[in-house]
Amino acid sequence: MTDLVSFRPEIIRDVHSSDAPVIAKTLSIWERIYRLGFVRKGLILLVLATAWEAYGRWLGNPLLFPTFGQTVEAFVGNIANGIIPQRMLVSLQTLVIGYSIGIALASLLTTLAIGSRIGADLLETLTSMFNPLPAIALLPLALIWFGLGSGSVIFVLVHSVLWPIALNTHAGFRSVSNTLRMVGQNYGLRGLKLVRLILIPAAFPAILTGLKVGWAFAWRTLIAAELVFGVSSGSGGLGWFIYENRNQLETANVFAGLFTVILIGLFIENVVFATIERKTIRRWGMQH
Amino acid sequence: MHAPFNANAAAPLLSVEGVTLQYKTPDVVVTATRSVSFDVYPSDRFVLLGPSGCGKSTLLKAIGGYLHPVAGHIRLKGTEVTGPGPDRMMVFQEFDQLLPWKTVRENVIFALTSSGRAKPAEAEDRARSYIDKVGLTKFSDSYPHMLSGGMKQRVAIARGMAMEPDVLLMDEPFAALDALTRRKMQDELLRLWDDTRFTVLFVTHSIEEAIRVGTRILLLSPHPGEVKAELNSVPPEEMGTGKQAELETRINEMLFAAH
Repeated sequence: MTDLVSFRPEIIRDVHSSDAPVIAKTLSIWERIYRLGFVRKGLILLVLATAWEAYGRWLGNPLLFPTFGQTVEAFVGNIANGIIPQRMLVSLQTLVIGYSIGIALASLLTTLAIGSRIGADLLETLTSMFNPLPAIALLPLALIWFGLGSGSVIFVLVHSVLWPIALNTHAGFRSVSNTLRMVGQNYGLRGLKLVRLILIPAAFPAILTGLKVGWAFAWRTLIAAELVFGVSSGSGGLGWFIYENRNQLETANVFAGLFTVILIGLFIENVVFATIERKTIRRWGMQH
Repeated sequence: MHAPFNANAAAPLLSVEGVTLQYKTPDVVVTATRSVSFDVYPSDRFVLLGPSGCGKSTLLKAIGGYLHPVAGHIRLKGTEVTGPGPDRMMVFQEFDQLLPWKTVRENVIFALTSSGRAKPAEAEDRARSYIDKVGLTKFSDSYPHMLSGGMKQRVAIARGMAMEPDVLLMDEPFAALDALTRRKMQDELLRLWDDTRFTVLFVTHSIEEAIRVGTRILLLSPHPGEVKAELNSVPPEEMGTGKQAELETRINEMLFAAH
């Protein structure tokens, strides 16, 4: 055994890191382009548009299925004559009002819920009752209560926004680590100050998820409500634009309306929320 | 607050007197500590040492004001502790004790301003100086998730010291670090202490750490925690000599002989 230990000499070497071989090597231009997410997704969209165009031409029936080209034409035309922007504005206005009221009510409910046991019970009971209820199912009732008009649409919007936001925010507050709470108390923060300065930022990932889910629900509910409702206050939104054009068999315009709905959805999701995410929770390392 | 009849003996900064702590689980009431008493004097490096289950962390949380003793008193400068406050800053074991949405500098400044310990301009100065003391000036504008565990604990210590509390409460702050970093952090803590002579109450379950870090060591027995002994540690210049080993053996025997 002693032989095994002694017959090998010890090795001590100086490490030169300066003459190390090149460790990083740049990728080829195609590899780098292919790594960009939007390039790959753009490629998919291109293939889809081509398939759409081909099918539309083969079918040759613009009443049933207009081609991609006709849809784009209708879309550009309706933007140029100001109809789509005006309808869009009506829809977004209603949405913002409903969304804001929903957020305000959700904050009130969650504040009650973290403040007291009975508040938490109230929130849990209400969300478990109303969260599974599709907002659009309340529309007939809303029509009786608020009449034909934006009041009814706002009512169903609030319903679609309130529960997911309240649920997520409450869950977020409860998942804030005990250590962070104790740190806040250590600074002498209590009550609403603790909520504002510690709990809300600490629960922000969950709150943001709630806002995103709430937004998606609200947008769908809004368009659906406008379809059912039609025009009431003299100026309809995008849903009414789609409905109206279907009645006039302007199918290309219907497609253009749907196109707008999709575009706005994509914009809010991938630009607005993505920017907020990048500037907050990604930067803070709370989400990767 | 200072006893007028005896000018030589300073009054204890923190006095823990017959403290019994209990906490409730859904089924049982657990007694964490039973009539624990000790005094901490200014500039002490007072260590609470004991095996897991001796209630040392619970005791530290009670001193922090997070829970109330069922019997006994905890007094800081003669006033009963009733709740958490910036005069007793905690340094936790967990790495998530820094606010992730604030940079290193903002974390320290926010502690000072939100607690009202300093005005914004002064907080800025103090934050800079304490971050410098723990050697993280280069990382002032980094977010906590970019730092290593040891660096996060350093920020927490800088934050605690910047508050200039009456006593710094450290709850196994180095327990989650690797052995090499832990050793380095212990030395750093001693260096910082040499600088400002702050009072620190340090919880650990490592005998070696207790002797290195502490000037005075309180031994607690488990289930429920009771004071077994209050010992003087080895002065730094005798660290590494037979005295240290001797004390280590002595503590070992005290903690484990009975079982």
